[in-house]
Amino acid sequence: MAIKTIGKHCKGCGVCVTFCPKQVLGLDALGKITVLDETKCITCKQCEMRCPDYAIFVEKK
Amino acid sequence: MEKLIEKYYRPRLPHIWCPGCGNGIVTSSIVKAIDKLGLDQDKTVIVSGIGCSSRASGYLDFDTVHSLHGRALPVATGIKLADPELNVIVITGDGDGTAIGGNHFIHTARRNINLTVILFNNNIYGMTGGQFSPLTPTASKATTAPYGTLERAFDIAELAKAAGATYVARGTAFQSKMLVDVIAEGISHDGFSLVEAVTQCPIYFGRQNKKGDASAMLKTQRDNAVTVEAAKKMTPEQLEGKFTIGVLHKSEAPEYTKQYQGVIDRAQKGAK
Ligand SMILES: Cc1ncc(C[n+]2csc(CCOP(=O)(O)OP(=O)(O)O)c2C)c(N)n1
Ligand code: SF4
Ligand code: SF4
Ligand code: SF4
Ligand SMILES: [Mg+2]
Repeated sequence: MAIKTIGKHCKGCGVCVTFCPKQVLGLDALGKITVLDETKCITCKQCEMRCPDYAIFVEKK
Repeated sequence: MEKLIEKYYRPRLPHIWCPGCGNGIVTSSIVKAIDKLGLDQDKTVIVSGIGCSSRASGYLDFDTVHSLHGRALPVATGIKLADPELNVIVITGDGDGTAIGGNHFIHTARRNINLTVILFNNNIYGMTGGQFSPLTPTASKATTAPYGTLERAFDIAELAKAAGATYVARGTAFQSKMLVDVIAEGISHDGFSLVEAVTQCPIYFGRQNKKGDASAMLKTQRDNAVTVEAAKKMTPEQLEGKFTIGVLHKSEAPEYTKQYQGVIDRAQKGAK
């Protein structure tokens, strides 16, 4: 999996969801980061760069 | 980033900052700058004052001092003078660095001692619940100014320059790649360096001033920050409400620890 999320670190701020250019990310019922559709990811790493909580990492495939 | 966390962070995450707080982004920018320069982790010291921002030192795996409110600069000055070989980085907030620590700030800049100060500017006292600071924009709401602040804010970059700082830059949590670059340049600069890191406190500054959530505050940074180069081509009207980012000032002046070594050498020779 190229997108790795750490639920324990995520505080549900929604910053990654806002700035993902491809609507790959969302928040689940508990308000934690969830990957909606990884196939759309262009590995731009904006989410990783902007997450204030180091809760999402993207590896280039 | 994952590798940098393993290398440079203490194993005590998640941090205590609120959801969407920019402090995590500014802190990782400092770490990226240190990594970019390849600084020796055992020869790099991080000193902070007191505030939400100043808690960053506790997450970083270097020799760190989480000092007293407003007093990070005197502590850092002592460390740098005791061993000028060390890279000494200071983390402070707008309250810590410009209110209670304002006097230390101007005099440390005046001395041009080789320290790099990263001032997390969230325009508010976050830790104590949203009181205004000397960097709170005029007419902003704060718990100590329910009708809006009357005071004019300092432009901390201009203040640093006037006080004698030889490297002054500004970046934002949104434009974090540039923030990494200006921090790295500040650390490399041989003299007093100030990097103002514009960041968001969605909980106290944001809420009281209806600035929206963290994403909205990051977009405001994106929309209002203008690079020094772009600002040169803009009219005063176009620059209304904007602020400049990038390297704002660079100059040459004798560095304090080097001058001090000269005093030691003269004293040891018995000369006056
Ligand atoms: C001598 C002293 N006075 C007051 C305080 C209370 N105090 C703690 S943090 C703080 C303000 C911090 O503001 P800032 O530096 O902007 O940090 P932020 O929390 O916004 O990151 C104050 C007044 C203190 N700890 N010590
Ligand atoms: S790497 Fe870019 S496209 Fe992929 S999830 Fe992150 S922000 Fe979205
Ligand atoms: S930016 Fe980070 S903390 Fe915020 S929702 Fe996304 S993963 Fe969670
Ligand atoms: S109070 Fe503000 S500055 Fe402090 S952790 Fe919360 S969002 Fe960040
Ligand atoms: Mg503050």
